[in-house]
Amino acid sequence: MKDLKQIINECKELSFDLNFTRAKKWKEEKPGRVLVGYMPIYFPREIIHAAGGMAVGVFGGGDRKQIIKGDAYYQSYICHIPRSIMELALDKHMDHFDGFIFPSICDVIRNLSGIFKQHKLGKFVKYMDFPQNFLPQIGGVFYQQEMEHVLEYIKEINGKVPTTAELNHSIDLYNKNRQMIEFIYDIRQDYPWRLSIEDVYHIVRAGTVIPVEEHNQILEQVCTHIKENIGVPQDKIKVVISGAFCEQPAIGLIKAIEEAGCYVVDDDYMLGSRMILGDIDATTNKPLEAISNSYIKQSQYSSSIYDVNNPKEYRLAKIVKERGANGVIFAAASFCDPSLLDAPIFQNAFNKLGIRYIAFQYSENINQFKVIKEQVGAFSDSIKLWEDEPAAISNINLTATDSCKH
Amino acid sequence: MSQEAQKEKSMILQKEMIEGLFNDLDHAKELGKKVCYTFVPGNLSELIRTFDMLPVYPEINALQSAMRKKSGGYIKEAEKNAHSEDVCTYVKCDVGMLMKGNIGPTGTKIPEPDVLLLSYTGCFTFMKWFETLKREYPNAKVIMVHTPYQENAKMTPQMVEYMVKQFKEEVIPQMEAVTGIKYDEAKLQRMLALSKESEDWITKIFDTTKHRPSPIDAYFAGVYYIGPINIGFRGTQEAVDYYKELYSEIQERIRLGLGPITPEGEMKEEKYRLVVEGPPNWTSFREFWKIFYDMGAVIVASSYTKVGGVYDLGWRHDPSRPLESLAEYCMNCYTNLNIPQRIDLLSKCITDYEADGYITNSIKSCNSFSAGQLGMMREIEDRLEVPVGFIESDLVDPRYFSYSNIKNRLESYFQMLEQRKIMEKENV
Repeated sequence: MKDLKQIINECKELSFDLNFTRAKKWKEEKPGRVLVGYMPIYFPREIIHAAGGMAVGVFGGGDRKQIIKGDAYYQSYICHIPRSIMELALDKHMDHFDGFIFPSICDVIRNLSGIFKQHKLGKFVKYMDFPQNFLPQIGGVFYQQEMEHVLEYIKEINGKVPTTAELNHSIDLYNKNRQMIEFIYDIRQDYPWRLSIEDVYHIVRAGTVIPVEEHNQILEQVCTHIKENIGVPQDKIKVVISGAFCEQPAIGLIKAIEEAGCYVVDDDYMLGSRMILGDIDATTNKPLEAISNSYIKQSQYSSSIYDVNNPKEYRLAKIVKERGANGVIFAAASFCDPSLLDAPIFQNAFNKLGIRYIAFQYSENINQFKVIKEQVGAFSDSIKLWEDEPAAISNINLTATDSCKH
Repeated sequence: MSQEAQKEKSMILQKEMIEGLFNDLDHAKELGKKVCYTFVPGNLSELIRTFDMLPVYPEINALQSAMRKKSGGYIKEAEKNAHSEDVCTYVKCDVGMLMKGNIGPTGTKIPEPDVLLLSYTGCFTFMKWFETLKREYPNAKVIMVHTPYQENAKMTPQMVEYMVKQFKEEVIPQMEAVTGIKYDEAKLQRMLALSKESEDWITKIFDTTKHRPSPIDAYFAGVYYIGPINIGFRGTQEAVDYYKELYSEIQERIRLGLGPITPEGEMKEEKYRLVVEGPPNWTSFREFWKIFYDMGAVIVASSYTKVGGVYDLGWRHDPSRPLESLAEYCMNCYTNLNIPQRIDLLSKCITDYEADGYITNSIKSCNSFSAGQLGMMREIEDRLEVPVGFIESDLVDPRYFSYSNIKNRLESYFQMLEQRKIMEKENV
């Protein structure tokens, strides 16, 4: 078994390799393999895996890619991620990708799919319209058709039609992947000093650009390491990060939050890798239906999913309560419609529920965090100083949440 | 400054229709009618009327607030309540208006919704908007209609089926439950036949810009023309009568060789013919329009007038397939088209209406339109070798309308068009 430091260093390299070297090498190892880039938030990677392909996460250029061409496509008042994705595409970082998937997140990512079509990037470009109807016989069927559409594209490239057994095998692999990621978060809930949030981020993000089998091996080793009593506890409050699910904050910002006095015990940075809560049934003879049902019935809340029958504010409050967090940090990418439009809903509810929070905006390419660090530090100090007057999160009545289902 | 606007019979008809609707809204309770808030793109007007509900369009309230110079205050009110500076100003204007008592354009309170019909067509923000309103109106029933995006430039049978199932299993039963009225398909079909008629008329009306001079402005006046078909009257005889009358007035203008009517009377000389992409600015609508007509620029086609339905390419409501037809209508609204489709449609407008130029009015807070506009503009410039122009403003936030910046940019653009015309003449 590799030591933890070595694993983390490898994940650091992998997660920010904007040339997607491991994926490219994997494709070259065997004929018929395809690479499919997917944008945030969530995509059922199982189906690509079963069809002999690999789904590769494309989360923008962060603070590691200078934007020159991308800015010519987007006005100053549009978020940063589409311009860095354009830059990556036009600079041929993704030339070895066979296709691109744009999940339905917002109007910007939706229209970016059209720009990719316009430029004829990849052999196919698919805007993946996730259902906003949560009845299995309506939205569920539509979602299965969307997945079948993706599989048709792949079949046109490699001629492969995945069998039921292959789909179930892929589901099983990703179930294990999600289980181990959740295990890491569960351990960190009580012992956040064993692995920093920066390390967790690198480990999870690495899994979006390498084969799932390899990622599962990494996760197994990480889980073994953090079962041990490692690290030194520090006097920090516990927080949950919400709102950073698409354009990713620079790693310096992720790090700065913990350095400023907040253990991040849950977050939505790499929401797609954790979107499905619990396992997907890997034993049925209708695996696409199983994947569809999991999205409809057991997905995490998200600003891109219609939530009227399952209010997101109570779901986040429940996470805060279950993780024993002292408060929430709302971190939204600048000009991010889904995140910013949700802000009043969350904040109004949390004012009533007595959950403490702060909010700030960031951009993926900004790596000056002095102001944010001060803000987070003040938040942490204020909670520590108010220890005599706890937010009483454990007493919050979340009955509405507990009974909510799509 | 501006003079009293000329009023033609069609304008009076439209005013009466809208006043009638607001009057009914004022007396919704006495009339025993349920109130349905919904959106313009993908509006299911005929279905709403099948259940005798009265429609309210929050976007229309917002733009009317802007024209009445009230939106700035409403937006600030929303921003005080955690709404970001950087999101859709229609939403903030609506929320601010709600916080200030929900007083509509007629000076009376708009009734609370019984139904929030979330026609999720071509705009992500619609979903967030009604999630927000649901928290303000906990007793209202939210009915979600998810319209699939035309990502592959087509409406597949599966997409239609998905929507029809939503209508049958979700929308109609919930409307029946709220109103206590049983779904009457024959009634819906009768309205769809009238919708088709209105759609034929409005297509003919917007096609009159082929004439020189164009008898109408298809953007600044066009936003008035699309009023009845977009805000609840599609499917009514009133709308058909309005469009017939409007068409006849335009025919008369063509016969007399007249240009468009502007707020300051007839436009005397048509110097430039333009196609515009993007919604207009509403806070300074007249000043914005004036820049164009003062320069002799007439808009011969615009994408904004297609936001509530694209009829140019021949699609019509079909009474023989009522629910399928409603599904197709929703999917066929402009902002539900993918970027290459939008480019093709606008290119066709430029060619068909012999436009001299193409202008993008990029709206800060509307990503549904704005994201991708720069790429579209470049593609159109390359494809048609037409001069393109770019200006920026906002829907209803007065802080983002800079008159002098826009005027400067447009003046430079018109100078470029002028030089191009001179060069073309010299080459001939």
